[in-house]
Amino acid sequence: MNNSYSAMRIFITLFFAMCLRITPLSDTLAPLNPDWVLLVLIYWSLAIPESVGIAHAWFLGILVDVLLGRHFGQNAFIYSLVIYACLVWHKQLRQFPVVQQSAFIFLCLLFSQLLFFWFKNVHASVQITGIFWLPIFSGTVLWPFIYQLMRSIRRL
Amino acid sequence: MRLLIAIIASITLLITDYRSERLLPLRATLSVLTDSLKYAVDLPVSLFEKVSSELSSYDTLKKENTSLRQEQLINRTQLLKFDALEKENIRLRALLENSFKLGEQVLIAELLSINLVADEHIMVVNKGTRFGVHPQQPVLDVNGVVGQVFRALPFSSEIMLITDPNHAIPVQVNRNGLLTIAVGSGMSNQLNLPYLPNNADIRPGDLLITSGLGGVFPAGYPVGIVDDFPETNNKSIPHITATPKSLLDRKREVLIVWGSNALMPLTTPLSKTPADNEQ
Repeated sequence: MNNSYSAMRIFITLFFAMCLRITPLSDTLAPLNPDWVLLVLIYWSLAIPESVGIAHAWFLGILVDVLLGRHFGQNAFIYSLVIYACLVWHKQLRQFPVVQQSAFIFLCLLFSQLLFFWFKNVHASVQITGIFWLPIFSGTVLWPFIYQLMRSIRRL
Repeated sequence: MRLLIAIIASITLLITDYRSERLLPLRATLSVLTDSLKYAVDLPVSLFEKVSSELSSYDTLKKENTSLRQEQLINRTQLLKFDALEKENIRLRALLENSFKLGEQVLIAELLSINLVADEHIMVVNKGTRFGVHPQQPVLDVNGVVGQVFRALPFSSEIMLITDPNHAIPVQVNRNGLLTIAVGSGMSNQLNLPYLPNNADIRPGDLLITSGLGGVFPAGYPVGIVDDFPETNNKSIPHITATPKSLLDRKREVLIVWGSNALMPLTTPLSKTPADNEQ
């Protein structure tokens, strides 16, 4: 595959993922908005692990930190850990049927959300409600569709 | 190996960011990239609003104009009274050898319609440090207090709303001056008043205004109205809530306020007060 061509596609999909991350939704839908950037990043790390690595994940995480007004390094930390797991197991994961992949995605998202919860509590204990955990489920449910969409984008 | 570097780098960044403000320039630089994203996401909504306002008919404009004119007339007459009251207040405070906070400057900012984090009530406006916005500035709209500036970036700033579960604002009951603290509930139409004794004189419909304690919010701006709560005997404390006055999700324009930091002494200050010694 042409390298710069695929780099551009990675860039554009991540751009749209970041837009989706902050897109305005109604009060009922907003808590369901999953971590699009992480999902897209997971896809690319599974599809072309040779060109998407931990360094990319880390820099992207820093950007998302600024975008969402988090403390520096939160998303960078989480993204690099999750992408590391994806890179280690990408051969097995690519063989999995989509349902099993979704289970893996569920674990990734759960892990990232747990870390977020932990980061929130490091500085001062904060209140969270049940809706804090909703993006994990919406992300898992959306994964098959994201997977199909991204695959068709990759094969364009 | 790379993972280790990434983890160490992010933890170092995290610790520096928690401990100091040294990373603000880096954040400001990177925010130029992310702010363009924020504006890009906001573009469809603001374009739609612009187009619909362009397309609004002559009739509706005329109606709006007359109603605005009437409103202005009413406001003007009320302001006349307000002027006299302010002067009187200053005179009375001078009698009490009290200081008085004078004039506040405001800047109109527009909300960008984006959602950052669902469980936090943080909004983004289109004015930033370029306009002199700095953290902890109070933010108001025409109806009351909206929140405070949480972080100011060059082209945008993040505003924490008073309904955020991690936000608390010192308030007083307008009717009798009872002081308390209104804590955000995490719901966009509710504030909690958890720190009230069970014999507190508070009634449904009471107006809560900022008390000026704490130094962030200037005194006297409306915050919310106390909701109905069941009358109970003195043994149990009712869970008292209030509805914020500001229309947090409907208005696009907010006011960022510069309070005059220095108190204006109205009488010649005494040589040294105990408060001066403490500082």
